[in-house]
Amino acid sequence: MIKRFLSLEWKAFFRSASFGKSLGIKIFMGFLSLYFIAMFLGMGLLLFPGLKKVYPDQDPLLIVNSFLFYWILTDLVFRFFFQKLPVMSVMPLLTLPINRGTVVNYVLGKSALSFFNFLPLFAIIPFGITLLFKDYPVANVLVWMLALILVVLIINFLNFIIESFSAEKELSFLPVILIVGGLYALNHFNIIAFNKIIGSGFNAIYNYPFLIIVPLGLLVLCYVFNFKLLRQKLFLDSGLKTKIKEVNASNLEWTKNFGDIAPFMQLDLKLIWRNKRTKSSVWMLAIGLLYGLFFYPQPMYQNMPWFFVFIGVFSTGIFLINFGQFIPAWDSGYYKLLMSQNIKYEQYLKSKFTLMAVSVMILFVLGIPYVFFGWKILLAHFAAAIYNIGVNTHVILLGGSFNRKKIDLSQKAAFNYQGTGAVQWLIGIPLLLLPMGLFAGFYFLIGFEIACLVLVILGVIGIVLHQKLMKSITQKYLDSKYKMIDAFDQNN
Amino acid sequence: MITTSNLSKKYSGNQVLNIESLEIPKGQSFGLVGNNGAGKTTYFSLLLDLIQPTTGYIKNNDVQVNKSEDWKPFTSAFIDESFLIGYLTPEEYFYFIGELRGQNKADVNALVSKFEDFFHGEIIGQKKYLRDLSKGNQKKAGIVAALIGNPEVIVLDEPFANLDPTTQIRLKNIIKELAEKQGVTVLISSHDLTHVTDVCERIVVLEKGEVVKDLATSAATLKELEAHFSGSETVL
Repeated sequence: MIKRFLSLEWKAFFRSASFGKSLGIKIFMGFLSLYFIAMFLGMGLLLFPGLKKVYPDQDPLLIVNSFLFYWILTDLVFRFFFQKLPVMSVMPLLTLPINRGTVVNYVLGKSALSFFNFLPLFAIIPFGITLLFKDYPVANVLVWMLALILVVLIINFLNFIIESFSAEKELSFLPVILIVGGLYALNHFNIIAFNKIIGSGFNAIYNYPFLIIVPLGLLVLCYVFNFKLLRQKLFLDSGLKTKIKEVNASNLEWTKNFGDIAPFMQLDLKLIWRNKRTKSSVWMLAIGLLYGLFFYPQPMYQNMPWFFVFIGVFSTGIFLINFGQFIPAWDSGYYKLLMSQNIKYEQYLKSKFTLMAVSVMILFVLGIPYVFFGWKILLAHFAAAIYNIGVNTHVILLGGSFNRKKIDLSQKAAFNYQGTGAVQWLIGIPLLLLPMGLFAGFYFLIGFEIACLVLVILGVIGIVLHQKLMKSITQKYLDSKYKMIDAFDQNN
Repeated sequence: MITTSNLSKKYSGNQVLNIESLEIPKGQSFGLVGNNGAGKTTYFSLLLDLIQPTTGYIKNNDVQVNKSEDWKPFTSAFIDESFLIGYLTPEEYFYFIGELRGQNKADVNALVSKFEDFFHGEIIGQKKYLRDLSKGNQKKAGIVAALIGNPEVIVLDEPFANLDPTTQIRLKNIIKELAEKQGVTVLISSHDLTHVTDVCERIVVLEKGEVVKDLATSAATLKELEAHFSGSETVL
């Protein structure tokens, strides 16, 4: 049976319509994994000599054990965001004479083969071998390594349990952040010293190998729990039945103030608020707004005024970038309707423009408190905001006319790369790097104020030429109409 | 009303549609039948300027559809679910379409209220998004949305599929009334020969992209169509 499943998946992979199309991303991921493997391998090889050098009078193994707590937390967070339970289309299998248990075991077993589980091995094995070379007792070291591998698997299955509980909700990442953050805080403020508890636990396993049954037991527990969870879900109606919430329809009458673009504004606002993925771009606003706090409190950045503009463009433009880069793919699900309806393309685009411009203004106003870190920052943010409104909005709309990737709005939100193509990467250059380069150039040649002025002037030019620019952008969209309809019609 | 001339569509050398000339007068209820891949949806997509013709053109009320957009105000269509906006409620969807077609909420309400029995109480006031409705109910919403704004040309692709028998019968009456009383040109396609012969004054059979039959509907039409599709005709 397992063999059949494997052959099904093999075909699903190679025969998928998007195979080859996303080859670039796959190659990129390949390089990324090689990079991580090298990092972990390096860590495994250098950890022992390194620690010996820095702390000559301590046992490196004990130090490593005392840090395992942090590794577990980090691993948990990373997995939550990047590792997904392997998907298998079970619907067609349910009516066939296949034991449900077999399917669940297969899915769970496959998850154990994830890259995330192999990665730590590249550190654990070299470190263990070093220990053996340094004449640590063989049996104890092997048991210790086994314990670590078991922990990796425990994290693997624990992650799926957390995910299955939080996946359905909005802001699904909050629980895991709260749990991990809470554990870290408890430990950090010495309320409960988890790092010591975990550390001594591993020391104990090292000293008394029979204690290996503890992680083993935990692993079995996690697996059984996962098995039960998944088995419950493995019924036709639980997959088919979608939860239907009652809708709070709001009429959004105030958008009428925007004149003839009102219907599109209403549509866009509903689009943003009623779909998980777009809604998450609203939460990104908070991240954008607070982005400056990563840099400004550090004295190092105080002396780099040319860097302010980068933060300014990013923090006032985060919605613009997040939302704008997928215009018009947000509407890909019903693009045919829009194209056969009696709509003015310009109004459609202008609604998006207005939303982005308003978001920039709001973010700038909310960011005014940054003046606390110096008036130069406020000035740079102001210049960046004007530049965003005048130039970047148009650039991103223009970039959208090259958009050929469909977005399925019903898909989940965070770390969803659907609809991402080369355009999204390339568009970042004019959006972020160009203003920063310009600003830095003028800053070093003439001075801070002039550099700000240049950006403001560019922005104002963009605003003045708005009508003309929109006309030519609209023409671009019209020119690629058939290509877009065709592309948005393709399923992955 | 709709003039098709030398129209053809090729996909990488494969001809999927080739209509030398087809004239659909105003107020006609026009049915398009054919097996899968006969070119029905391709023809409708060309009519709505969703794909580009390889040769030839379609004129809708003397507007060449791939040259000008002036046909849009008086033409409406429901081809498939991709004409629905999933995250709107049916009411919001109707209002949105209404606004695009210059109808205010009262106009839309007045029109939609005429279709209460067609909706069977499952569309209006349900507080559900369109994406959460069943396929059949989605279709009902889409069909009614295509009637908003007094269009002169209505294009419906497979309107009877997925509908329950009661709704099919009601839909037939709606379409008949549109063509007979209001002078609307209605274009529908279907796999169901009975429905098309019931509804349409004229039926065109497509086969491999070409018009093979062009019939004015009469008592004998259904028999003739059945004979054609069962293949017994070729024997005669």
